[in-house]
Amino acid sequence: MTSTAARYDTPVTIAPVLRYAILFVVAGGVLIPLLTTALGGFKSLGDLRVNPFGVPSQWEWMNYWEILASGRYWQLMGNSLVIAVLTVILTVATSAMAAFVFVHVRFFGATFLLNYLLLGLMFPAATAILPLFIKIRDLGLLDTYWGVVLPQVAFGLAMSILLFRNSFRQMPKDLFEAAVIDGCGYFRFFWHVILPLSRPILATVSVIVFVHSWNNYLLPLVVLNRDTLYPWPLGIMVYQGEFSTDWNLILAFITLTILPAIIMFFAAQKHIVAGLMAGSVKG
Amino acid sequence: MATSVTGGTAKAVFQAPSWLRASSTSIGGSTAIVLLFLPPALLLFTLFVALPMGEAAWYSFYNWNGYGAPTDFVGWRNFELLFANRAFRIALTNNLLIIVVSLAIQLPLALGMAILLADRVRGTATFRLIFFLPYILAEIAAGLIWRFVYDGEYGLLAKLLELFGADPIHILAEPDIAIYAIMVVVIWKYFGFHMMLYIAGLQQIDRSLYEAAHIDGATGWQIFRRITVPLLGSTIRLSVFFAILGSIQLFDLIMPLTKGGPSDSTQTMVTYLYTYGVTRTRIGFGSAVGVVLFLICVVFAFGYKRVLMRHD
Repeated sequence: MTSTAARYDTPVTIAPVLRYAILFVVAGGVLIPLLTTALGGFKSLGDLRVNPFGVPSQWEWMNYWEILASGRYWQLMGNSLVIAVLTVILTVATSAMAAFVFVHVRFFGATFLLNYLLLGLMFPAATAILPLFIKIRDLGLLDTYWGVVLPQVAFGLAMSILLFRNSFRQMPKDLFEAAVIDGCGYFRFFWHVILPLSRPILATVSVIVFVHSWNNYLLPLVVLNRDTLYPWPLGIMVYQGEFSTDWNLILAFITLTILPAIIMFFAAQKHIVAGLMAGSVKG
Repeated sequence: MATSVTGGTAKAVFQAPSWLRASSTSIGGSTAIVLLFLPPALLLFTLFVALPMGEAAWYSFYNWNGYGAPTDFVGWRNFELLFANRAFRIALTNNLLIIVVSLAIQLPLALGMAILLADRVRGTATFRLIFFLPYILAEIAAGLIWRFVYDGEYGLLAKLLELFGADPIHILAEPDIAIYAIMVVVIWKYFGFHMMLYIAGLQQIDRSLYEAAHIDGATGWQIFRRITVPLLGSTIRLSVFFAILGSIQLFDLIMPLTKGGPSDSTQTMVTYLYTYGVTRTRIGFGSAVGVVLFLICVVFAFGYKRVLMRHD
């Protein structure tokens, strides 16, 4: 069937011209703020004021260059990366282990403990942010990476355990029985059989946890006071406050901070879309 | 992203855990593995999620600045102050407004785009990616980008108004309309997520139904009304669930745009909690806000799942 012929097995029959017209208008609405942000970073302030939409009349590479050369940008990115990587490693490790136990070991109180952990799905971190602040302070973790990482892990556990549990349960039962016959203990079964088979779900959970940590704002805002520890969402808010009307510099800074996420997104779009959708739906 | 964390959720909590099928056989070291593999998760969860939530309920009855022990017991006073407070009522109204706009504009837009992009024709993959792109951006970055768009001096909106001969305004500084400007950003940021949900749902629908309807002479609207929407029911209910829960938790997006101002006109429950609880270290009062937020989330999640999603 050619593309111009009417197709009747589709949810909607609409003239291709109209379809693309609508799609281009919406895509424009989505992309124009992003493109003008990136372009705005290349403009002088005067140029931006008279010409916020178009290409720069003169490309001011220095706006970007000075941010890249300043050290501040790299420190923010570095902090975000350290916090996100630690959060991913700890979340994946603790939730995969817990899910493994819930799937493969029968023990007293298992149902209760699983439901207890899944309570974490019911409310956002914001509800308990003040007692959490007190707790982190009393543990001496204010102004440390761990003060951000550990609560992030704790709040990510419920969903990660659920995703791992669903995935482990779908593995053939024969695996377990074969392991028993071979005299393989739980540890070796987990390490040598389950984990190597779990790459897709490990990737999914890692993507979700990484993105959450990378974008997180409230928790680091409450926990971190020293700006040398700031992850980028805090740093960019400070930067915006300092340069409040120098929009060209702020736009360059925004562009550079979202660039890693956008590059990652286009490089690994299938995994990221599937991961984020799985995280919200299959949970 | 606020949508997904709590969003994904509840489903599992309500289903009786069928994992009890467990293993027919058992292998050695089962006690050791439970004692080694479970405590890290339990400890972290208890320390940083369960205890703080319980403590929020406790602190909410005290007037406390966080130093020493909470001793100034005030009973329900924090809650009374809260519900009598003008800014908190604005916050509640705003949360409701955002829910209404999400349901009335965002979800239909998402569904429309999903229908246009459900078939693999030229360019659909690219359009899907473009529409999903805002969803992966951090709320802070998205908020700042739109702060620029709305800027009265340098922004895109100001320029557009100028082209049409109108006076540029600082829309985010207008107490009466700033919240509507924020809603546009909410739609821009999250419709792609809902579109992806709908696309996944549409792909489950049997194609021959459409064909049969066409042969029977059904119009496009009839097909949409009688086939697409009913068969998409469970997806729509899920999407509505996420949209509402996400709207209740809205915070990160508002901070770079207005921080809840001007004069509290764009507060939501969480920005209110931040402004009047966290920044002023009013631990007791802020905890009371947290408790209210918690109850709203839990009652909504349980109620919605019980009533609307019990067959899904």
